[in-house]
Amino acid sequence: MKITEKDVRYVADLAHLELSAEEIARFVPQLDEILGYMDKLNELDTTQVEPMAQVVYEQDELETLRADQDRPGFSQETALANAPDSGAGHFKVPRVIER
Amino acid sequence: MELKGLTIARVRGALESGETTAAALAGQVLAYAQQENRRNNAFLVFSPERAMAQAQRIDEMVKRRQPLPPLAGVPLAVKDVIVTRGLRTTCASRILANYVPPYDATAVRRLEEAGAVIVGKTNCDEFAMGSSSENSAYAPVRNPRDLERVPGGSSGGSAAAVAADMCVVALGSDTGGSIRQPASFCGVVGLMGTYGRVSRYGLVAFASSLDHIGPFGKTVRDAAALLEVMAGRDPSDSTSAAVPVPPYLAELDRPEARDLRGFRVGVPREYFAAGLDPEVGDRVHSSIERLRGLGADIRDIRLPHTDYAIACYYIICMAEASSNLARYDGVRYGVRSPRCRNLSLVECYRATRGEGFGPEVKRRIMLGTYVLSAGYYDAYYRKAQKVRALVARDFSEAFRDVDVIVTPVAPTPAFRLGEKTEDPLRMYLSDIYTITASLAGIPGISVPCGANGAGLPIGMQILARHFNEPAMLRAAQAFELSGAQ
Repeated sequence: MKITEKDVRYVADLAHLELSAEEIARFVPQLDEILGYMDKLNELDTTQVEPMAQVVYEQDELETLRADQDRPGFSQETALANAPDSGAGHFKVPRVIER
Repeated sequence: MELKGLTIARVRGALESGETTAAALAGQVLAYAQQENRRNNAFLVFSPERAMAQAQRIDEMVKRRQPLPPLAGVPLAVKDVIVTRGLRTTCASRILANYVPPYDATAVRRLEEAGAVIVGKTNCDEFAMGSSSENSAYAPVRNPRDLERVPGGSSGGSAAAVAADMCVVALGSDTGGSIRQPASFCGVVGLMGTYGRVSRYGLVAFASSLDHIGPFGKTVRDAAALLEVMAGRDPSDSTSAAVPVPPYLAELDRPEARDLRGFRVGVPREYFAAGLDPEVGDRVHSSIERLRGLGADIRDIRLPHTDYAIACYYIICMAEASSNLARYDGVRYGVRSPRCRNLSLVECYRATRGEGFGPEVKRRIMLGTYVLSAGYYDAYYRKAQKVRALVARDFSEAFRDVDVIVTPVAPTPAFRLGEKTEDPLRMYLSDIYTITASLAGIPGISVPCGANGAGLPIGMQILARHFNEPAMLRAAQAFELSGAQ
């Protein structure tokens, strides 16, 4: 097996994802199987191929840019309306600096 | 009025003749949809106030004999991954259980400006990740044609709502087949335009280089009508195309559009290989014969990289998903873990995300993070981007010789609830016929082409080159009308 429990814990940490022991146990074989399937791409020689990051078609390059003008945005109240915790016009988060 | 088989043209006729009012129709559709929803869970929320306010505006126009906009009074359902101002938008996820967007998606705004009446938000796989609509955090959607089976996914609620006459038309999103496959499973028409044809502004991002908003309808014409209203450049989406939008409906109405004389239709050998259910293969083959009967020149073509498309697609979409979903941290919106009170900020992110995301979303975030992580980026992500170029090249080469390409939509008809939930890879493999077009960015449509012995709908997929929606729609409608005769 290529993917180990240690790999799963490491990646979960990178992704800021809390996983239970059961979830980790389930993910080890699943991720291993899926990544194993993806190795299929190595059958293809792609040394001469340019990677495709976006769909491309004929279009004037400047067309994707709009004029650089200021526009009204959301009010502070609107922007904070969905926040789990806010106060004094700010998003509130758990303390990050030790006193 | 009769809701079964109700189309845009029929709604308009009824408003103009006074057979019904927009308000009466909205009320009737809402009452019926709320009742049906207990059986199939197609909707997550209904929007009677918004629907009634819009319907009254339309009725006022009727009363004053003003010219009616193209979708006047047409009941529309919107997939819950598309934001609606003031109307809860959850993406079928716990993490957005209480999210009330402060703005409308451009597609939603354009449809409402054209007179559409939004009746509610439809259920789907969480963040559009899935092929069965079983990954909803709220309830699995059931296929109205057989309640023990899935409606397909991820836009299963929208497909089911149209199939069950709980609306006239619906919006879905398609990243790797999420409109076309449920359309096929539920026996309705589902359309994905060229990448960039419809603005993604307000579509909650899953995989940005692959995401599309697109319509469902009971007819090709109704799907085309929505596309015509939604399509076109939007300054709020830098990937929306500045390519003129042709008059799709006017093109469909031309007398020569009724047959396919001089039309070249490609049939890729790779899409009829092992793994295709024989009944699905039979129906698609006999549909191709119907296209030949309409005058089409049927040609055997090759798309040699098809077999690599699933691995390529899933690497790219998971990588983009892991990046896009990093924003759900319980700070600016969404549900924060109640444990955060006693946790540090980073622990709060971890707890919020661990509690808020469902299993499939976590799996994709994990795999996406893995393929982008140091030491694996080139082997997986960059490799997949190169293979994507090969898949796209297959299509550009094929379209030198043909106008459209015809394939099955999915290898099987609708499967049973729970049949594939324990085997994620098997679920991914069922997307084989739809993800290639997504990778290439070309348009595709799913049209009903019959049923299997058990009466389950089967769909046929028609693909065209970038921005050649007119050819795709013409072939789809000519096929549809030939069956009605």
